[in-house]
Amino acid sequence: MNGLVGAWSGRINVDLKVKVKKQLGAFSLDADFTVQGNKVGVFGPSGGGKSTLVSLIAGLRHPDRGFIILDGETLFNSDRGLHIPPEHRRIGMVFQRPHLFPHLSVKGNLLYGYKRCEGKNRKITLDSVVDVMQIGHLLDRGVRHLSGGEKQRIAIGRTVLSNPRLLLMDEPLSAVDDNLKFQIISYLKDTCEFFGIPYLFISHALLEMRVMTNHVLTIADGHVTGQTTAEDLAICGMKDADGYANILRLEALQYMNGISAYQWGDQRLLISGHSPLAETFFELMSTDITLFKRHPGVTSARNLLKATVAAIFNTGSRIGVGLKCGSERLVAEITKEAADELEIREGEEIYAAMKAVAFRRLM
Amino acid sequence: MPIFSHSDYLAILLSVRVAVVATLLSLPFGFAVAYLMTYKRFRGRIALDVIVNLPLTLPPVVVGYLLLLLLGQNGLVGKWLLQPLGIRLIFTWKAAVIATAVVGFPLMVRSIRTGMEAIDERLIQASRTLGAGWFDTILTVILPLSIRGLIAGSILMFARGLGEFGATIIVAGNIPGVTQTIPLAIYEYVSSPRGDVLAVSLCLVSITISVLVLLFHEWLGGRMVRAD
Repeated sequence: MNGLVGAWSGRINVDLKVKVKKQLGAFSLDADFTVQGNKVGVFGPSGGGKSTLVSLIAGLRHPDRGFIILDGETLFNSDRGLHIPPEHRRIGMVFQRPHLFPHLSVKGNLLYGYKRCEGKNRKITLDSVVDVMQIGHLLDRGVRHLSGGEKQRIAIGRTVLSNPRLLLMDEPLSAVDDNLKFQIISYLKDTCEFFGIPYLFISHALLEMRVMTNHVLTIADGHVTGQTTAEDLAICGMKDADGYANILRLEALQYMNGISAYQWGDQRLLISGHSPLAETFFELMSTDITLFKRHPGVTSARNLLKATVAAIFNTGSRIGVGLKCGSERLVAEITKEAADELEIREGEEIYAAMKAVAFRRLM
Repeated sequence: MPIFSHSDYLAILLSVRVAVVATLLSLPFGFAVAYLMTYKRFRGRIALDVIVNLPLTLPPVVVGYLLLLLLGQNGLVGKWLLQPLGIRLIFTWKAAVIATAVVGFPLMVRSIRTGMEAIDERLIQASRTLGAGWFDTILTVILPLSIRGLIAGSILMFARGLGEFGATIIVAGNIPGVTQTIPLAIYEYVSSPRGDVLAVSLCLVSITISVLVLLFHEWLGGRMVRAD
C-alpha cells in the first residue's frame, strides 16, 4: 500500500460554513463555524453534539434554523426553505459499525453507491478500491460471516466508491478492538489520501485525533468552542497526564536478533520486537527520551538522534522540549533542574537518546 | 374415503383461489400501510391504525355486514362507483375475496411491521448517504429486508383466508359451485342429515392444506438465510 500512497498528488480541501440551531429534547445544538482543510477533526466529550452536527451536515436531520454551505453550495438554508436531501449532497458517511446491507454480497455492497453516482463523478473505481482495501478474495461472499475488520474495510470501500466530495466519519473506531484500531486507521487515512477525499473525523479519543487529523474543531455542550490542532490539544493535556505520548508511524525495514529497524522520516530507529505489518504506529512517552548536550559517545540506548530544540514550554512540574529531528518532530520532557544544567535554548542542537524497548507498539 | 361431489371439488379449489387472490391483492397495500405506520409520522396515524386493526377485534359477521352495506346496490361504493362501472360484487366469488382480504389484512400488516421495525435505521441512513432516494431505498433496502415479514404475513393471511366464514357467507352467500368455500361446504354438510362423513372429509382436506402451508413456510424460512 505504501507505493499507492505516493500516487496521490495535490490536496483537496473542503470549505464548510455552518451556522445551525437544533433542539432535540432537552439537548440543544447551537453551532457556528467556518472550517477549511482536508483532515478536519471534530473533538469533544460524548453527548456534546458531535453526532447531531454530523447528521445535520449529511442531511439526515433538518436543523431548526440556520444554513450549511459546502464548497460554496448551499445545502441547507432555513430562510429560503432549502434542504438538499442526503442522496444529492455527495457526502459519504462511515458509521461506528459497518452497517453493511445483509441481503447483498460484498460486491453488491461495494457497488451500491457507485451505481447511484453520476457518470461524470465516477472517478474512483471498484478495482482500485478492492486493491487498496485488499478485499479481492471476498467479493462474491455474503457479509454475515466476515470478521469485524473485513466488514469495516468493506464499509469504508462502499462509502469511498460512492465518490463523495466529503467523507464524514462518525466515531468509526469506537466499536473496533484495540488491535484492529490502527489497522483501520491506516486504511481510512491511506484511502482518503490516495483518492484525495477530504474528511471530517469525529471522535472523543485524543489519540485517534492526533493520528487522523491536522486541524480540530472542539465541541462541547452543543457549541463549537474553538479551532486548534490535535497536537496542541495533546500538549495542553500534558499537565494533567503523566507525560506526552509521541505517536510515530513507521515503516519496517528489517528484523535481526530481536530488534527491528524502522524508517522514520529521514532517520532510522531500532525498536525491540517484531510486527508482522509493514507499517506500524508506535507510542513513545516524552519522559522516555534522554537529552544530551553533546554526543555522549557510546551509550546503551540504541537510538541517538541529532535534533534541534524547536520549543521550550512549562508542563507544570516539568519542562517540555519540542524537538525537530530532520523532517519529524518529537516532544521530550525533563525536570527543571536538568533543563537548567543542559542550558537548553531554542534553536540549539542537542542529542536525544531512546532505548529500543521504550517504544510501545499500538498495532 | 367417500368420493367428493363435483361441487365439493369446486369448493376446495375456490377456497384456495379466494385465499391466494386475497393474499396477493393485499400484499402491496399491506406493505404500504406497514411502511407508513413504521416510518412516517403524520396526522391520522392512530386513526389508520385503528381502522386497519378493527377487523381483528370485530366479529367477522359484523365486518361482512358492513361490507354488504358499503358494496351493496344502495351502498356508498356500490351505488356511486361499482354500478356506473357495471361491476357487481355481492354474491360473487370476488366478494369472498374482498371479505377475506379485509378480515386477514391486519394480520398481514402486523407481520410486515414486525419485520420492518427490526431493520436497523442506520442501514436506511447508509443507503440515503450513498445516493439512494427514498423510493430507491424502499425498493432496494426496506423491501428485501422485509421479505421474511412479507412471507410470514402472506402465509398467515392465506391460512386465515382458507377458514374465512362469517364475513364471506354474508357478502358472497353460500352458492355451491359459485361462492361455496370449504368452511361453507362443511357448514352445509353438518346441518344436513347424513352429511357427517363428508364434513369430516372436508375437514381433513382443510387440515392437509394448512399443514402443507406451514411446512412450506418453514422450508422457505430455512432457505432465506444466506449461508456464506
